[in-house]
Amino acid sequence: MRFLVRRLAQTIPLLLIVSVLVFVLIHATPGGPLTLYLENPNVRPEDIERLKRQLGLDRPLTVQYFSWLWAFIRGDWGFSYADGRPVMQRLVERMPATLELIGTSTILGVVVALVVGVVASVRRGFDRVTTIAVVAGISLPVFWFGLVLQLVFANALGWLPSSGRSTIGVSGFGDEVLHLVLPAIVLASAQAAGWSRYLRGSMHLALAMPFTTAARARGASESRVILRHALRYALLPFVTVVLLDASIMASGAVVTESVFAWPGVGGLFTESLAKRDYTVLMAFLMCGSVVVAVLNLVADVAIHVIDPRTREAA
Amino acid sequence: MSLFRRAGRRPAIVVSAILATLLLLAILARVVAPYGFDAIDLAHRRASPSTSHWFGTDELGRDLLTRVIFGARVSLAIGIVSAIMSAAIGVTIGAIAGYAGGWVDDALMRFTDAMLSIPRLPLLMIAAAVLEPGVPTLVVLVGVVGWMEMARVVRADVVSVKTSDFVAAARALGGAPRRILSDHVLPATFPAVSVAMTIAVGRGILLESALSFFGVGVQPPTASWGNMLYQAQTTMVTEPWLGIFPGAFIFLTVLCFNVLGDYFRPAR
Repeated sequence: MRFLVRRLAQTIPLLLIVSVLVFVLIHATPGGPLTLYLENPNVRPEDIERLKRQLGLDRPLTVQYFSWLWAFIRGDWGFSYADGRPVMQRLVERMPATLELIGTSTILGVVVALVVGVVASVRRGFDRVTTIAVVAGISLPVFWFGLVLQLVFANALGWLPSSGRSTIGVSGFGDEVLHLVLPAIVLASAQAAGWSRYLRGSMHLALAMPFTTAARARGASESRVILRHALRYALLPFVTVVLLDASIMASGAVVTESVFAWPGVGGLFTESLAKRDYTVLMAFLMCGSVVVAVLNLVADVAIHVIDPRTREAA
Repeated sequence: MSLFRRAGRRPAIVVSAILATLLLLAILARVVAPYGFDAIDLAHRRASPSTSHWFGTDELGRDLLTRVIFGARVSLAIGIVSAIMSAAIGVTIGAIAGYAGGWVDDALMRFTDAMLSIPRLPLLMIAAAVLEPGVPTLVVLVGVVGWMEMARVVRADVVSVKTSDFVAAARALGGAPRRILSDHVLPATFPAVSVAMTIAVGRGILLESALSFFGVGVQPPTASWGNMLYQAQTTMVTEPWLGIFPGAFIFLTVLCFNVLGDYFRPAR
């Protein structure tokens, strides 16, 4: 409990730093938050001045920062420049698609990484083959991989739909699953590669520990030693790494959703980027960072709860 | 934990050769490229790969191989220079944090954590959209978001080295802290930094290509592998070579840097 409180106390300043960075970024735009109006010939200079006063943009920056921060905490994220609707509403309506994609690819990535990581740690031939695949997976440019898969599986072979979340006019679970296949594979690929490499490393460590030797000495079968003893030991850091990679997952989702026209939050981000819709962009960045920080917190607390050794060290 | 230890030195030699070739091609682009960088040939627009145009031509009839070679200049330069920048920032922050300890260490590492928890690509995309950067600014942006891993690695090494006897000896002899840090402590971080830097080059190339792919990175007429892909994505079905070749070069280059970085990794 004391650990949780202390860890929480560390997360809050971290989020404050993030919020300052985000705020500075909005104000770094050449025209400030009113760029869009400055470029509109129908908006007169005196209107700009009036808007500045109305929106409080003539106040000192620190005052503006705190009122923005307070509004953000209360859930008042402003309105989208593009269509005038509340930013939060726009983000929330895109959430399900993103959760579906990220959830599926995380599960896919974890399963692949578990199988590859464990088998590679005990089978040399398999290890050599997957080593090449792993480095390739880490080096793949996500967007290019997506385009190539689209070309091969959607355009050349016609097996899978190339983009979107469902076919217009067609409803049904099967259709949605087919649409999910390519984006999920693309988003999972790089992650699975990194995770399996990591798991393989901790499996090697675990298999060299005295407790695995002891288990073997007691006559435990090899599969029991690997799965029940070594994997159990290796799983903890693995889960942490999966959670810590949330930030990479968020970046990957932006790219993948854009390539596959997936109607999620990442797609909203690239659309807003093209329209310079800063309120949406800032809310996205803040939310993304909060989610990442929370998942990092969860990872730390989980280790603390599961692994007694970290408690002594703390 | 090295991936290729068992395979010996061969992969490292192969990828070094590939990277050296790419670098040479990039430097000698004007001499080796088969056509002029913006030589327009309207009679051979959108030509598929052939013996006269190995990688085909684009919508203006420009030779794609030539553009890939010139694109290598921009992509490699951004990757390498941004990695050097990341290393400079990361080593400074990591060394100060590790050597000073206490609240300085806490503050700097919390800042590093904060930077790490902002999704890197979206942050860069916004910054690039706001600043509409040329190549030099782009290098700075990519470098500025890439120092955190470096800082962590350096800090860890500095913390473990600063308690060793030779550092204590240097201190006992009256060495100034700055001199102890630069002459005794920092050299010990060199292996870890070189690994991190090699990997950072690959990451920088990936980041640049992603930014350019979304149209906020390197702007035409300058060619980078990323903006070639940006221009190719709409015609991927009819002229796939326009997208396949630049992407393949990004992939190959990043792959080589990652294999090389892995080779430098000290045995544990």
